[in-house]
Amino acid sequence: MKISYNWIKEYLDLNVKPADLAEKIERTSVEVDSVVKPSDGLKKIVVGHVLSIEAHPDSDHLHICQVDVGEDEPLQIVCGAPNIAEGQMVIVALPGSRIADNVKIKKSKMRGIPSAGMICSLQEIGFPEAVVPKTYVEGIYVLPADAMPGDDVYDYLGMNDSLIDLDVTPNRGDMLSLYGALHDLSAIYDLPVKFDQPAVKEAGEPTADQLSIHVDEALAPQYKMRLVKQVKLAPSPMWLQIRLWNAGYRPINNVVDVTNYIMLKYGQPLHAFDYDKFAGQDVYVRNAKQGEKLTTLDEGEHDLDPNDIVIADEKAPIALAGVMGGLDTAIADGTTTVAIEAAVFEHDHIRKAAQRHNLHTDASQRFERGVNRTGLQDALDAAAQMMDELAGGTVQAGTVVAADNVPAPAVIDITMTHINAVLGTTLDQPQVTHILEMLGCTVTAAGDTLTVTVPVRRNDIHIPADLLEEIARIYGYDELPATLPTGRMTMGELTTAQKLMRATRHSLEGLGLNQAISYALTTEDKAKMFLMQPSETTKLAWPMSVDHAVLRMNVITGLLDDIAYNSARKVKDVALYEQGRVFYREDGTERPSEQEHIAGAITGTLLPAAWDQPAKDVDFYQVKGIVAAYLKDMAVNGDVTYVANTDMPEMHPGRTADILVHGHRIGFMGQVHPTVAKQFKIGATYVFELNLQAIIDMPKQENQYDVISRYPAITRDVAMLVDNDVTNDQIVELIEKRGGAHLQSVKLFDIYDGVKVPKGKKSLAYTLTYQDKHETLVDDAVTQAFEKVEKRLQDDLGVEIR
Amino acid sequence: MSLKDKLNELHERGLAEIKKSGDLKDVNQVRVSLLGKKGPITEVLRGMRDLDAEERPKVGAFANEIRDDLTAALAKRREELENAVLNAKLTNEAIDVTLPGTPVAKGEPHVIQQIVDQIEDLFLGMGYQVLSGPEVEEDKYNFEMMNLPKNHPARDMQDTFYITKEILMRTQTSPMQARTLETHDFSKGPLKMISPGVVYRRDTDDPTHSHQFHQVEGLVIDKHITMADLKGTLQVLAHELFGDKFDVRLRPSYFPFTEPSVEADITCFNCGGKGCKVCKNTGWIEVLGAGMVHPNVLKMAGVDADVYGGFAFGVGPDRFAMLKYGVDDIRNFYLNDVRFLNQFTKKG
Repeated sequence: MKISYNWIKEYLDLNVKPADLAEKIERTSVEVDSVVKPSDGLKKIVVGHVLSIEAHPDSDHLHICQVDVGEDEPLQIVCGAPNIAEGQMVIVALPGSRIADNVKIKKSKMRGIPSAGMICSLQEIGFPEAVVPKTYVEGIYVLPADAMPGDDVYDYLGMNDSLIDLDVTPNRGDMLSLYGALHDLSAIYDLPVKFDQPAVKEAGEPTADQLSIHVDEALAPQYKMRLVKQVKLAPSPMWLQIRLWNAGYRPINNVVDVTNYIMLKYGQPLHAFDYDKFAGQDVYVRNAKQGEKLTTLDEGEHDLDPNDIVIADEKAPIALAGVMGGLDTAIADGTTTVAIEAAVFEHDHIRKAAQRHNLHTDASQRFERGVNRTGLQDALDAAAQMMDELAGGTVQAGTVVAADNVPAPAVIDITMTHINAVLGTTLDQPQVTHILEMLGCTVTAAGDTLTVTVPVRRNDIHIPADLLEEIARIYGYDELPATLPTGRMTMGELTTAQKLMRATRHSLEGLGLNQAISYALTTEDKAKMFLMQPSETTKLAWPMSVDHAVLRMNVITGLLDDIAYNSARKVKDVALYEQGRVFYREDGTERPSEQEHIAGAITGTLLPAAWDQPAKDVDFYQVKGIVAAYLKDMAVNGDVTYVANTDMPEMHPGRTADILVHGHRIGFMGQVHPTVAKQFKIGATYVFELNLQAIIDMPKQENQYDVISRYPAITRDVAMLVDNDVTNDQIVELIEKRGGAHLQSVKLFDIYDGVKVPKGKKSLAYTLTYQDKHETLVDDAVTQAFEKVEKRLQDDLGVEIR
Repeated sequence: MSLKDKLNELHERGLAEIKKSGDLKDVNQVRVSLLGKKGPITEVLRGMRDLDAEERPKVGAFANEIRDDLTAALAKRREELENAVLNAKLTNEAIDVTLPGTPVAKGEPHVIQQIVDQIEDLFLGMGYQVLSGPEVEEDKYNFEMMNLPKNHPARDMQDTFYITKEILMRTQTSPMQARTLETHDFSKGPLKMISPGVVYRRDTDDPTHSHQFHQVEGLVIDKHITMADLKGTLQVLAHELFGDKFDVRLRPSYFPFTEPSVEADITCFNCGGKGCKVCKNTGWIEVLGAGMVHPNVLKMAGVDADVYGGFAFGVGPDRFAMLKYGVDDIRNFYLNDVRFLNQFTKKG
């Protein structure tokens, strides 16, 4: 809501600049979006008197105007506006002036005729088209006849005012009016405020004889109407038009403008009906009936819902209550009798109706947040009186009050001890009482306890905590001390799982992978890929896009998306890991379970090529090295084995392994199937994904000290020819099993399957290291043990020792 | 010529020869020729037989002195020459130290993770626990127990990804407030926790909006927690993340789950508080929402709101990272461009 600085000053004796006022509001009350002075940035824009006009010889629409701008000679200005006429007072941008959007106006020629400046529309000097009176939308604006040629136009148009745009939070409906804002400012600045309430001059017949209203009080707890007869529709006076357009409203006529003006001033939405267009004298406030329709003021046609509240006459709905009036009963040329409605509608109905019909109006916004339940009559009276003064109407005697259920004011007990205990302050009772009284509360004190009666218009204050906020903000948050909580000590420590997750990240970063954070919402196809266990998908009911519609059940696809993004930008070497959740859902359940996973994806080279190091494309074994090092870091207690898996549809059937700990599958690794890589538009990529939760839950090997043997180790190398289908694991396992008590380690140091090896065979070479912790090993003993192993290799695996 | 004179002459000649020796071979020759069995010193010593018994020990001692001195001079010369040889060799081995070092494989934590870790460490140091909650939440915890009943208008402020009517992607980390309050045993001590995590909003991704982002929720509940404690805690947080020069100010705001509610602003990074385009000339930048926990939230979780109270806050690591590093597009955090990720390598 845009609120006028000048308007505020009419009621409050403020001595601060607009920017400072806005800052104060923001610090103490509600957020301020902007402070704008409409004349800022404009230059040399003055009143001009059109002395004469003649048609342009070379144009069918341009006119050559002689315009008095208060100088010795009139200016000749060529003008294309259709509504230009002799005698008008107009807005003239002089040569050298600046108009809206910082456009500079210079002397020029238009179709050969010199033109010294420009006659402007309101839009051209920065007015939004939506607030320009309809008459002037298509042409220049005509100023009042008493404007003085040569004067700056700004004051005539209210452009030297400053407009403070408040971003009102949902709880502060009271701030959606001048009066509400004045109440707050009064407390903030500790200044009295002068509210004006005009007396209504009633005449004519009793309203009650001319109007009967039937209200469902559950829908409209308050509902009142006044009648004003013999109104003469005309444009509103300039001061009123200025108030309206500065607040963002288009001036329409002296009846409609009054309702908008009163809403801005009092916060009470009013609606003006053309009484003569009612079918009969009865007005009903009820739910809409199935099949009823209504065309609203904006000419929108609405099929009404039985949950909508409508105002209806004998025949049909005439307004969507609290949202917008109907077109048929709208104030229009020929209207002479106005029925003014001031009401309160049940907020939830209004909120839903506004959503349902996509009609979020200033009225619905105010009803949703709650209006001043004690202010209806004042608003209604002020509106009626203004229609008398501005439109010559006769206010009929009395108000028809169909419902007037005003809630009782909230009465809240709060203690000084509690106030200071929660705020951390040392306020005394007179300070607190003064703040609350300036906010309009009544306070009675008994000992430590204050009994606070809250004005009804502050419908956001119900409990002591609400009062605390009022006291704190008016006292000033800057005045609060800054301390840290004291009291009983607590330990701050990460859980074992949290420590392991941190260690996981550090480990993988140490191994060369960058941490990625990808989207957890993905496409249905991607969600279902690289599945580690069967699961139903979990879909959003109303996704924003198909790209982010289903919860992921793997982490890898997100990383592949990341690689694709990099690859499309010519970044070819990418090594990423991600730690995050996947969402598995069982059939028949609504809510998925969440499992922590850790995944990695590497494409290109892990180490960049350098002058002393050739590039090496990532391969299975490099990634296996990373996974193995990571699992070693996690001290997973148990045999880690890698078992070829030829069945994962998204993985290369010959280059994929399941990762097992103690025979239990915790994940997989390998090369992404080339077809899948192609789908993602990426090159050869190696990935792994592990169930991190399983790793968290597994028993861990504690660090322990093992005496380092002082006795020398002895090594023996063995090279052998074996069938291609014999695996390294089989050989190592056998050596370890049969190697004897002193075998410390078995290390593969060469593989050869070149021309010197028979087809179907490969040559493997291992170093076996023997050591005794307690004495120097005798060479013979080692030789004996080694020969035993060689024999077992020949017997059990059919190897040929070379 | 007396023996002593002979020895003196030998001494001088020896020293001159040692000095003249140009390499280790020369040094060796000099040593043999001077001190060897057939060398002049040995010869002189042999001549001592002809001396008086009185003279003999004196000359002997003198001869030994000379021999020792020559031996030392030889050793010194040898060392000089050895050093020269070594230095020449090392000079030959010189490399271009400006050539680049061999690359090593090294990964970096994500910039958001860095900020989350920093926040976690700060609060761990102040005795807070770190708790993580489910990303797929119940409406009950995400909204209702946060004092946002079904028809609350503030629900419009948060566009939600619903899965079913009651199940949704959490829009905030606040549900962990309710979940923790429900289970915390206050007889064991106050509740001090932070809860970092991913949250989701029904937004179209653009430079300033992301349907997925991060939040860190903070909650402290005890018998005597004040709003001044909240202010002090947020000040510590701002100082930790941005530096001691940054001030914190509180402004009134509205959240259904806190009362009073505040937004916290910190001094603008860009201008240091003077006012600039980034802070819309206010000198301040809004960074987080906070407040004193609403009694309804405590009551709904079964906590006695007359005895216990405290504060809660919610910070956005994404926003912090954008502000701290001037990141102009939030999508950078989720696209994982390696050239982006590798910009945040500073440790400690």
